[in-house]
Amino acid sequence: MTKKVTKAGSISRRRLLTTASAGAALAVSPFRINLLQAEEAPIKIGFPVPLTGPYGAEAQDQVRAGQLAVAQFNDAGGLNGRKAELVVRDDKLNPGEAATRTLELVEKEKVNFVVGSLSAAVQLAINNVTKERGVIFNSISQSDAINEAADFSTYTFHEALNPHMTSGAVGRYAFTKFGKKVAFLTADYAYGHEMVRGFLEVGKEFNIENLGDIRHPLGTTDFSTLLPRLQALKPDILCISNFGRDQQIALKQATDFGIKKSIQIIAPLLSHASRVAAGPQAFEGVVGGCSFYWGIEDKIASTKAFNEAFRKMYDGKLPTDYGALGYGGVRAVLEAVKGAGSVETDKVVAALEALKYDYYKGPQYYRKCDHQSVQSVLVIKSKSKDMKNESDVFEVLSTEEPNEKYLRSCEGLGHKS
Amino acid sequence: MAGLSFDLIALQLFAGLALGAIYVLFAIGLSLIFGMLTVVNFAHGAFYMVGAYVGLYLISIGGNFWICLVAVPIVIGLFGLAVERVLIRPLYGRGIDYPLLLTFGLSYVMVECVRIAFGKTGYPFDTPEVLQGAVDIGVGYFPLYRLFVIGATAVVLLALWLFLEKTSYGLIIRAGARDPQIVRVLGVDVSRVWLIVFGIGTAIAGFAGLLAAPLQGVIPEMGGTILAEAFVVTVVGGMGSIGGAVLAGLLVGVVVSMTSLFAPEMAKVSIFALMAIVLIVRPQGFFGRAGLMS
Repeated sequence: MTKKVTKAGSISRRRLLTTASAGAALAVSPFRINLLQAEEAPIKIGFPVPLTGPYGAEAQDQVRAGQLAVAQFNDAGGLNGRKAELVVRDDKLNPGEAATRTLELVEKEKVNFVVGSLSAAVQLAINNVTKERGVIFNSISQSDAINEAADFSTYTFHEALNPHMTSGAVGRYAFTKFGKKVAFLTADYAYGHEMVRGFLEVGKEFNIENLGDIRHPLGTTDFSTLLPRLQALKPDILCISNFGRDQQIALKQATDFGIKKSIQIIAPLLSHASRVAAGPQAFEGVVGGCSFYWGIEDKIASTKAFNEAFRKMYDGKLPTDYGALGYGGVRAVLEAVKGAGSVETDKVVAALEALKYDYYKGPQYYRKCDHQSVQSVLVIKSKSKDMKNESDVFEVLSTEEPNEKYLRSCEGLGHKS
Repeated sequence: MAGLSFDLIALQLFAGLALGAIYVLFAIGLSLIFGMLTVVNFAHGAFYMVGAYVGLYLISIGGNFWICLVAVPIVIGLFGLAVERVLIRPLYGRGIDYPLLLTFGLSYVMVECVRIAFGKTGYPFDTPEVLQGAVDIGVGYFPLYRLFVIGATAVVLLALWLFLEKTSYGLIIRAGARDPQIVRVLGVDVSRVWLIVFGIGTAIAGFAGLLAAPLQGVIPEMGGTILAEAFVVTVVGGMGSIGGAVLAGLLVGVVVSMTSLFAPEMAKVSIFALMAIVLIVRPQGFFGRAGLMS
């Protein structure tokens, strides 16, 4: 009796020891950690956007719509049951902050992909980090530089429009309708510079006369000292290339100064969130471009589906232009993950390159040489009357269909063909 | 760029004075509090921002801009009184950096509270209808509302001057700023004087925020940028000197405006260049008393 017990006890002790040591060996082995991560950890998408600061309104919408794309992916079963997760960080519209946050996302959070940014300058800082670390970055904000060979990498994708496409579409519309004498008021950083360059380039076709370009720092709250000068130039068109709160204040104060009486104001981009934040008065009659407007849902089925899903998730709210970009940017990556059947960077890059998609605005695809999303550009005008709901803010004047001829050529960007 | 004319330069000068009026209105509250209490109020921008939000709220519940012009300074003034009584008063006599750090932290708390209550996104703030549009001032068109702001600033300045210089209470305040100990010996409750001065200073900040709202809309961070500019104005004018703040505010406005005309990229830097030059020539500012900070 006693013996039996001892024997049984000794066996169990030996077994316990073996199991324990094997377990310990497994616990310290890197193999096990990789295994666990590949099988169970969620697919993480880092999402650095400027939640605070002058572009906050737009950035919050990017997050909302990005969350929607993740939720749809997860509801559809994820990648063989593996769910996705959006890891949002505030980059404060600051390149240094963005680089730090992105590095943290890559190194500490171990994100699989990065989607985000809302600034022509800040996205380059994010791109620098992701490029170096070999992480896919899908930028959802305007930039020309990110297409160029110097900044581009295999891992860099650009879901947003670029200034060349945007200013081209707006210029082709405005310069035939409103006149040839153009003055510029421009935010003094990459976004503004690239937009003006685009307008001047397309302007050559129409022989426009450039009366002058007045530049203001990012985050200007008073334009009263710049407006008299612009008015004195007596242009047909005043082209205001700034964004977010700068755009809201510039348009409001230009309205106060009575500039709209004799001058047509155009903007490369009219932001939905800014128009809502500034009210109808300030934006009244201003013509500009955008990548997305919910109102095209009558014509485009994918827009209708996106609007409805967004409405359902956010109590009847409609998505904005930058929101749609957040959705498109995240969804493209997740669809590519599904297509590749893996989160391995090289496979996902190949899947993204092969993607022909229509998620929210009609057909799109990433051009092979620079990974720029070839897509339509809408030319819109701000409404101040007959608004059906609080999101009914723009009227679509014309649509420039997706076409590579509106992009800069691959050779021009420095890519080998 | 061509097209420089006399009219343009005159209009530009006027735009500078109008901008200066906004700086003045914001800076005098700051200067008043510093001059009388030697408290460097870093929360001044936050009071300004809250003023705009209180205006926004009052209008949303059915008030109008004219009611706000009276109600906002009262609300923000009362809030200022509470802040002085509860937070600032225990710090008197402990050195200048204690209230400085306190108000600095307070400004963060206030901005964050507003973000929680109203959201991070800004709101539009319509110019009152009768003040919309631009009027011909002889050299060009200028927004009517900005003319109104100049007028309102003048009224506030006049009222403040009359109060400080012509009333017996103003006399006590001025005496309290010179030598609180003697005033105390004479049987005056100095802490009550300081309470009221702080209330007036913050009330003016709230008033300035309300006036700024139709110019640029309302956003939780709106107090941040103007605070930096207002400190330049106070330093150039001489810390604590109200007359100095008026002169410096107008000067800064004109310098910004004229730089904008010839080199718009330099406009923001020009403010600080001006400050550097003034401080080299006159370290205490235009009308500052030396040694107030020590």
